Amino acid sequence: MNALLHGRLTGLLALGAVIAVLPAFLPNNFYLDIAILAGFNAVVCVGLNLLIGYAGQISLGHAGFFGIGAYASGVLVGVYGWPPVLALLAGAVFVGLLAFLVAKPILRLKGHYLAMATLGIGIIVSIVLRTESGLTGGPDGMMVEPFRIFGVELYGEKVWYWVVGVLLVGVVWLSLNLIDSPMGRALRAVHGSEVAAEVVGVDTARFKVLVFVLSAVFASVAGSLFAHYTGLITPAKADFFKSIELVTMVVFGGMASTFGAVVGAVVLTLLPQALTVFQDYQQIVLGGILMATMVFMPKGLLPTLAALLPARRRA
Amino acid sequence: MKMLATNAYGADLSPDTTAQARRVGPPILKVEHLSREFGGVLAIGDLSFTIAAGDIHSIIGPNGAGKTTLFNLVTGVYKPSGGRVLFDGADVSGMAPYRLAARGMSRTFQNLQIFFNMTALENVMVGRHLHLNTRLLPALFRFPSLVRKDREAKDRAAQLMTEVGLERYIDADAASMPYGALKRLEIARALASEPKLLLLDEPAAGLNATESREIDEVIKSVAAAGVTIVLVEHDMKMVMGISHRITALNQGRMLAEGTPQEVAANADVIAAYLGAAP
Repeated sequence: MNALLHGRLTGLLALGAVIAVLPAFLPNNFYLDIAILAGFNAVVCVGLNLLIGYAGQISLGHAGFFGIGAYASGVLVGVYGWPPVLALLAGAVFVGLLAFLVAKPILRLKGHYLAMATLGIGIIVSIVLRTESGLTGGPDGMMVEPFRIFGVELYGEKVWYWVVGVLLVGVVWLSLNLIDSPMGRALRAVHGSEVAAEVVGVDTARFKVLVFVLSAVFASVAGSLFAHYTGLITPAKADFFKSIELVTMVVFGGMASTFGAVVGAVVLTLLPQALTVFQDYQQIVLGGILMATMVFMPKGLLPTLAALLPARRRA
Repeated sequence: MKMLATNAYGADLSPDTTAQARRVGPPILKVEHLSREFGGVLAIGDLSFTIAAGDIHSIIGPNGAGKTTLFNLVTGVYKPSGGRVLFDGADVSGMAPYRLAARGMSRTFQNLQIFFNMTALENVMVGRHLHLNTRLLPALFRFPSLVRKDREAKDRAAQLMTEVGLERYIDADAASMPYGALKRLEIARALASEPKLLLLDEPAAGLNATESREIDEVIKSVAAAGVTIVLVEHDMKMVMGISHRITALNQGRMLAEGTPQEVAANADVIAAYLGAAP
């Protein structure tokens, strides 16, 4: 108990410390921008990890929820003049409802079938965003107004870095809290053995739906803020490849490890930038690194590294 | 010769003096004309029996007799093709397992169903699910009341692990535990839900003689605490030693029912097990 509490606090403090000192080592806004993108990905991945890593359900459609959040903010603020905070909340509520409606039927599916169903949701979202060009600007995307709150406009990498940093620490805190709670154990039990969870009273369907909705809402909030940060969103942010990228980050970092999801998101956001030196061979090198990692570290980056440290087992 | 088949429940029928000394409890589980078929094959056919509160009631029968199917029907894992299951007087036929758990029914599995992605203690803590705050917001924001009850649940889980003889595995990962210990871990997890009725599906399967005897003691102490036990087990020494009543099945149908002595002496039971000439 003590050790667990200890582990949660030290992990959070470590994450906070890294976020706090990192800007000192980033020479210019280009690097800050990459850090911000990594942070947005990490927020989505922490939520997705609750679904994939802890509850053992797959989703290949989470970029769709990210995209709905982004476009909700873009359209409601830009076209209808809503305050950004309200637009963000409206997007999150809409995504939550949508996720709730689709979760019941699709979460009855398992394995490949669930993957296909969630894939379908993501594809439908990205088709709608591409074709409803009157509102969304179609394949070219749309400009998004800056985020304003209490008359203050959030602008520039230096400001957004701290916004994303605080958001990430908050999301990690929520995730760690959830995992170490009766509901968190119920989620992991669903992963371990659904029938065994049921016979001690766990309504497995309810918890699968809940975690699906929660992870979708995380993605939506990240999408909304991302849209305000970049000022330009395109349907590509909601498409299949983005969904795959998110799942890859979770698996690469380490399933059922909140900090693993953060590490996976950060590493896989940085890696393509670092590999630009390979120019035309960039994608091949990236693919090679991913394959090698999964072959030699099937549990993912962070759990494998954590297991190498003798005293600590829990990441 | 179907001696003491259905509705044979009554202490006066029993020649066994120890059984006479026991007060027979009210029925806690009633199975009425239960049947279940899989693609035309009858796994359970027109089966009726009653289990009295406070008993250790064993279900025996050769392989394929339908014992595990019966468990799955009673606990809601399968839906019956016909008939009813009454638990505590209420019709619970086909009710989802988690609802039955809330009414006080839990079970273990013949093929282990352990949460291998958790520690042993956490496995048992999942068993406390019904007694804890399992809502989302209190979990996300770590409400103090939730944390306090969670700590109590942890203590209770550790206590249960000690009671079933698993104190040395309290901090272990479930995946690192030996088979015999996992069998007991399932019992501890089921007990954590505080069931009135506990169904044990072959708790001694794959255990050596010493381990079997220990499981035997665990079952007896659970029953002594007032939990009604339904036991499916192939270890006849255990079954004959601890059961108050035995129901024998063969090919999904009732073969015999009575005290251990009655069932052991039943010619149909002997024939089913040994394959006597018709």
